[in-house]
Amino acid sequence: MTTTATRTTRASFRDGVNRALDDAMASDRRVIVFGEDVADREGGGVLTVTKGLSEKYGTSRVRSTPISEQAIVGAAVGAAIAGARPVAEIMLNNFLRVAADQLANHAAKLRYMSGGQTTVPLTVRTICGAAGGFGAQHSDILDSEFAHVAGLKIVAPATPSDAYGLLRSCIEDEDPCLFLEHLKLYFGGPKEVLADVPERIPLGSARIARAGTDVTVVTYSQTVHDALAAAKAVAADGIDVEVIDLRTIAPWDEQTVLESAARTRRIVVAHESAVPFGIGGEISSRIHEELFSQLAGPVLRVGSAHTPVPFAAALESAYLINASTIETAIRKATKA
Amino acid sequence: MPASTKIISAVDLYRTMYTIKECDDQFWTLMQSGQVVLNYYSPRGQEAVATGICAALDSTDYLVTTYRGLHDHLAKGVPLSDLWAEFLGRATGTCKGKGGPMHITHPDSGLMVTTGVVGSGLPIANGFALWSQINGDGRVTACSFGDGASNIGAFHEALNLASVWKLPVIFVCHNNLYAEHTALAAGTGVTRIADRAASYGMVGVQVDGNDPLAVRDAAAEAVARARAGEGPTLIEAVTFRFRGHQFGDPGEYIDKAEMAAARERDPLPRLRARLLDEFGASPDELTALEDEVRAAVTQAAKDALATPEPSVEELFTDVFATTAGGAA
Ligand SMILES: Cc1ncc(C[n+]2csc(CCOP(=O)(O)OP(=O)(O)O)c2C)c(N)n1
Ligand SMILES: [Mg+2]
Repeated sequence: MTTTATRTTRASFRDGVNRALDDAMASDRRVIVFGEDVADREGGGVLTVTKGLSEKYGTSRVRSTPISEQAIVGAAVGAAIAGARPVAEIMLNNFLRVAADQLANHAAKLRYMSGGQTTVPLTVRTICGAAGGFGAQHSDILDSEFAHVAGLKIVAPATPSDAYGLLRSCIEDEDPCLFLEHLKLYFGGPKEVLADVPERIPLGSARIARAGTDVTVVTYSQTVHDALAAAKAVAADGIDVEVIDLRTIAPWDEQTVLESAARTRRIVVAHESAVPFGIGGEISSRIHEELFSQLAGPVLRVGSAHTPVPFAAALESAYLINASTIETAIRKATKA
Repeated sequence: MPASTKIISAVDLYRTMYTIKECDDQFWTLMQSGQVVLNYYSPRGQEAVATGICAALDSTDYLVTTYRGLHDHLAKGVPLSDLWAEFLGRATGTCKGKGGPMHITHPDSGLMVTTGVVGSGLPIANGFALWSQINGDGRVTACSFGDGASNIGAFHEALNLASVWKLPVIFVCHNNLYAEHTALAAGTGVTRIADRAASYGMVGVQVDGNDPLAVRDAAAEAVARARAGEGPTLIEAVTFRFRGHQFGDPGEYIDKAEMAAARERDPLPRLRARLLDEFGASPDELTALEDEVRAAVTQAAKDALATPEPSVEELFTDVFATTAGGAA
């Protein structure tokens, strides 16, 4: 990152999210936070991400809710139109399906349906991804499911500083944003030194996580780290991989991806959710539409298995995308 | 914000109700003639509910309603011309023709959301009330929905949350005794929807939804409770719809005797008779009022029909307020 760090303590992903909420609440009284168990009396969230906020800003602005996902997201919709900047927490991405009506039918569409008279500047934060045997109903990443809805912005950071900078931007954005926080980033994700005043990261801008010349891997969220590991593994064989961390899934940074693809001519799209009907299909198609004749070979896609997420550790790891499945795809791309 | 100081006479209530009825009649005629094609859910018969509720609200208070919303839109004060233009999908409509009758929004009147998804307005109404509570702006949010909507999960989640947070919100069930083609008893486990409030520690009241004065009084109590920080109220206004679920529904599932009995309770002739008997109105005065309303609605219809449809460029505007590159 380009920020000049003057602090020396290394921030975790959790710290990045927590500080973004804290700073947003401090700078704008319209920012309110609610979700299951998010207030300090209830522990400050299941992963303590909201710890300290209710003590600092009061239980009017930071509220624990009943287990009522439709009521949570619906309250965010109404409050956002009324002038608040609500940040609603839906504990796990799977549970957002319970509130899909509020997010997809209402948050995403009310601005359009009103002819621009109202806006819905809400943020929904949610933990996603498979790790540690939570099984089929607690491990999904609903990226393509919601990316297909016109009117939503979808953000999926991979690092603490991006978590900070992107969450600040989501909260300040005039449109509804879905903020995906991968569970693995909370446990063993990389730590970083955050600046005293960390930068905001604009929505829709990708980051070159590793510059390279031979193959481009386009990815986001936790999978960025798998892609970087794969890049390191093939570097020993002289394959120089560029890793693009999209950071924002919708709208995605076409320009950065197409520029890189035009240079390397070999592209792999990698994400944890399954390949069929996924984000990779969209990115791959756009690259083919723009650069077909210049490519050395077809854009390859890698993801996890198109199955429900299994419980047993052996099955879960067989299900999951990882550095070696990405490495295999990179090597295949270089053969084209 | 002070409690409502506006004084609304019974004649004013009648004017609003007559405007609703007249709009409904004229839409109906246009649809029957084939001049206008739209998915239309008539509020004919339910005029007193919207009129009574809105009589207890200030213009800055919020209302969230449903696809069967014409009565609410008009009672809350959405201007006739803008409303007609939106119903007919015109560029000059409240929503530039992009919402249509099921999605009217007009913030200047406090008409914030009209949803086509049964029950979805209640959680959103809570959000408006939540921000009023935090912000201390003194506003109250009312939310309309049908009897059928009281069977959907969102209703129950919303009532519970409103109660837990003591939100300044009023849930208004327009109980017209049918959900689409299903009679109340066939789809609802209680006979009094107001009783459902008890499950959430909330005040629930049932009121004659064909009597705008009774509705207004119940609403005024609920508004006072909400403004005093004493929390939400569920009002069940029992009424009827005379024109089936939507345009094109012959209503064969409604028993003829039931319909005839309901017509006896039609809120419009009923209020008209009371105005003459109890409120000292003269027949000439009321006829003049009716003529005036009819002329205004006829003009709004004529104007709307004469205005252009939105330009096709509007297809792509208003999806986002800000795009990655900057402004929309
Ligand atoms: C979630 C959902 N399910 C089904 C429908 C289709 N639908 C539209 S209106 C309606 C009946 C609703 O009845 P009620 O709540 O009593 O309202 P009313 O139409 O009588 O005003 C149904 C089933 C819908 N719009 N939304
Ligand atoms: Mg009904």
